[in-house]
Amino acid sequence: MDKIPAIELRNITKTFGGIVANKNVCLTAEKGEILSILGENGSGKTTLMNMISGIYFPDSGEIFIDGKEVVISSPKEAFDNKIGMIHQHFKLVDVFSAAENIVLGMQDTDDFNMRKYSNKIRQISEQYGFDIDPDKKIYEMSVSEKQTVEIIKVLFRGANILILDEPTAVLTPQETQKLFKILRKMREDGKTIIIITHKLHEVLSLSDKVAVLRKGEYIGTVITAQTNESQLTEMMVGKKIDLNITRNDPIDPADRLCINHISCVNREGVKLLDDISFTAKGGEILGIAGIAGSGQRELLESIAGLQHLNEGEILYNNPKTGKTENLRDKTPLQIRDMGVRLAFVPEDRLGMGLVGNMDIVDNMMLRSYRKGKSVFLERKAPKSLAEDIINRLEVATPSASTPVRRLSGGNVQKVLVGREIASSPTVLMAAYPVRGLDINSSYLIYNLLNEQKQKGVAVIFVGEDLDVLLELCDRIVVIGQGKISGIVDARNTTKEEIGLMMTKSPLEEIKEEDGENE
Amino acid sequence: MNNILMKIQNPLFHITKRASIVWWKAWIIRILAVVAALLVSGIVTLALTGLNPLKVYSTMIEGALGTSRRMWMLLQNMAILLCVALAITPAFKMKFWNLGAEGQVLIGGLATEVCMIFLGPNLPTGLLLLVMVIASVAAGAIWAFIPAFFKARWNTNESLFTLMMNYVAMQIVSFFTLLWSVPKGSGTPRMLEFGQLPVIGGQKYLLNVLIVAVLTIGMFIYLKYSKHGYEISVVGESENTAKYIGINVKKVIMRTMLLSGAICGIAGLLLVAGTDHSLKSDTAGGRGFTAIMVSWLAKFDPIFMVLTSFLIVFMEKGASKISEVYRLNASFSDILTGIIIFFIIGCEFFINYTIKFHSKSEEVRK
Repeated sequence: MDKIPAIELRNITKTFGGIVANKNVCLTAEKGEILSILGENGSGKTTLMNMISGIYFPDSGEIFIDGKEVVISSPKEAFDNKIGMIHQHFKLVDVFSAAENIVLGMQDTDDFNMRKYSNKIRQISEQYGFDIDPDKKIYEMSVSEKQTVEIIKVLFRGANILILDEPTAVLTPQETQKLFKILRKMREDGKTIIIITHKLHEVLSLSDKVAVLRKGEYIGTVITAQTNESQLTEMMVGKKIDLNITRNDPIDPADRLCINHISCVNREGVKLLDDISFTAKGGEILGIAGIAGSGQRELLESIAGLQHLNEGEILYNNPKTGKTENLRDKTPLQIRDMGVRLAFVPEDRLGMGLVGNMDIVDNMMLRSYRKGKSVFLERKAPKSLAEDIINRLEVATPSASTPVRRLSGGNVQKVLVGREIASSPTVLMAAYPVRGLDINSSYLIYNLLNEQKQKGVAVIFVGEDLDVLLELCDRIVVIGQGKISGIVDARNTTKEEIGLMMTKSPLEEIKEEDGENE
Repeated sequence: MNNILMKIQNPLFHITKRASIVWWKAWIIRILAVVAALLVSGIVTLALTGLNPLKVYSTMIEGALGTSRRMWMLLQNMAILLCVALAITPAFKMKFWNLGAEGQVLIGGLATEVCMIFLGPNLPTGLLLLVMVIASVAAGAIWAFIPAFFKARWNTNESLFTLMMNYVAMQIVSFFTLLWSVPKGSGTPRMLEFGQLPVIGGQKYLLNVLIVAVLTIGMFIYLKYSKHGYEISVVGESENTAKYIGINVKKVIMRTMLLSGAICGIAGLLLVAGTDHSLKSDTAGGRGFTAIMVSWLAKFDPIFMVLTSFLIVFMEKGASKISEVYRLNASFSDILTGIIIFFIIGCEFFINYTIKFHSKSEEVRK
């Protein structure tokens, strides 16, 4: 093996204040190779790639391209070295067409010739099998199309090393397969592809080599063919972990929440929810799957009394009184006064579920501060609740009087979920509760949800990782563009089936592009 | 982590946000800032006037605290400024930018004056004082409620609205000052004989100071320990969270502005009935705006606001003394005040961020 690697990093270190984002990281990737960078959230994957693409500058260490040491201090210099990065959050101009975005920022000495460019774009598309209309505007595109534009953009500029940051996070299983096919074709063409991910099965199915990072430190590189899921997890987390999520059968499920034909529109009159009906049962976990922005947020918020509905009703069967009540267009306070114990873990933890600048005790009070007639606050009970949650859920915090914004993502979520569960709810709604969490925290959250299910709570779980939804939930409601496209038994379905339902509503046979609206 | 793009190849230093700072370190930074401010002011003084800075400083202290009369003047000015600062604090904490304290004070003062002129000769003093208090509080509260109502109902911009209300209040007061001036039409404001606040303990301003002291403690408790205060913090920090837990945001906005205006009304009462015994369109004297600085410098903590209001009033008094003694241009004192406030505000940066210098050896290696 005396091949010169396409890219080599030696002892790259980067710190932000006191936080070490990368410490002595060494990597090599050959021509015609797919290298996965695997690591948990916060392990420094993106920081590392940002240094290759010129967004950050390393504190120390060297970068070699084709055996020559290079200094990359701006994105332009990264392009000069034929490195192209496809960011997780796309950087495109919405009102421009695909072709315009692709040529944007080109500094050709020749005269600007759009037709010439269009031809080149078409040629690249054919070569790798992209499916793209160069004249389509970005705002009309689905997430997957936007990603395609980003990839063509870097290829157009002649990149030989492509870095993709979590490219599959927003894609359906079908789109992911399509992307992988394209990436394999690029590999055959001699491109070097570095893909950042934390999904193990993708690593195993796609890459040639896997480099693992843990807490900023470089753990090692393994050949994909010689490894397996449990070894990779161990490298990633630092200890052996059981990746199975337990799922018990629901114990005498009873209808708790009946959603009947609800619809709502936004200010522009666009339907956000369109005739949604389903039932959530006590003692089961009901999953909600769908492409991001398909109405998940509006659905949960309308149950929580935060979203005005135009049609339909939300019926709650009170297990204590046996009465059925309509929650539609009630305020959160009215819902609580009706004796409905609704817990809601919103997607935006610090902006909605918690107050970032307040300490843990004051955040505990959010739900309970109204108790009692006194005009003054009672901080004793919230304080003991805070301490209880810190102990029981192992929240890493200096004290209960630390502002929650200073905690890490996983600990913030523990505080929020802990508080919501503390009210012994009958309905628990959780929107993307493990987003951004490390593996340990994620499993802790799954266990908490399971615990609530065992207690007879109706759990509604909005998730993005289909593997998790399939393993954790009892039934899954699939929504697309604000409509229900199917309700399936999680024990008897496949990822592919759900993926298909996410993009196409079976009620409508119109051939539509993957519905997505940010 | 920060998102500052580090594009320069070998930056000399970089800035990072501190996770936290021990309280005494923060205070050392603040004290250093004051020392630095005095040094710079000294150099500026020397360069511009050729005077000995130490002498100038001692004249300032002399001017602000030199005699017991001066001390009482300082306390009185502090009390009024602090009172207005207390008024705007709950609104600011809620991120409702009440720039209309000036007008709210004036309207409170006008209500007081109306009582003093028209009810003064007819009512017993005790009853008159009670009516004055109610009138001034109500007037200030109503004046503040108008923009709050519009904000809650139609989401109008409160900064512009409250700011404009100042000019309306000023014009109304000018109109009545002229109307009631003695002799008529001369523009000299009428001296108000009836309903002056009682002098206690032989000190004209003691009552003002005591009232504001009580308000300060009350506001501290209200913000920190009451349910209302908690709601104000939640609404200010995140309106979404407030809605999520079922706080009626509109109600909190209106309620808090009623309180804010009411305290401004009291400031008006203290100015008209307790200090000036007359009302002019400039009676509030820009305190509605200076108060913002007092409140903000103290990070909306009423107890710290005692310190910041002292600092600002002390600077004003001292500065006017030096311009008088050394026959300096009045703008010179503004320059000094500006330098000191610049340093005090600027030091907050060093409390929130640290600066890391890159070592020389590393640069050589590259």
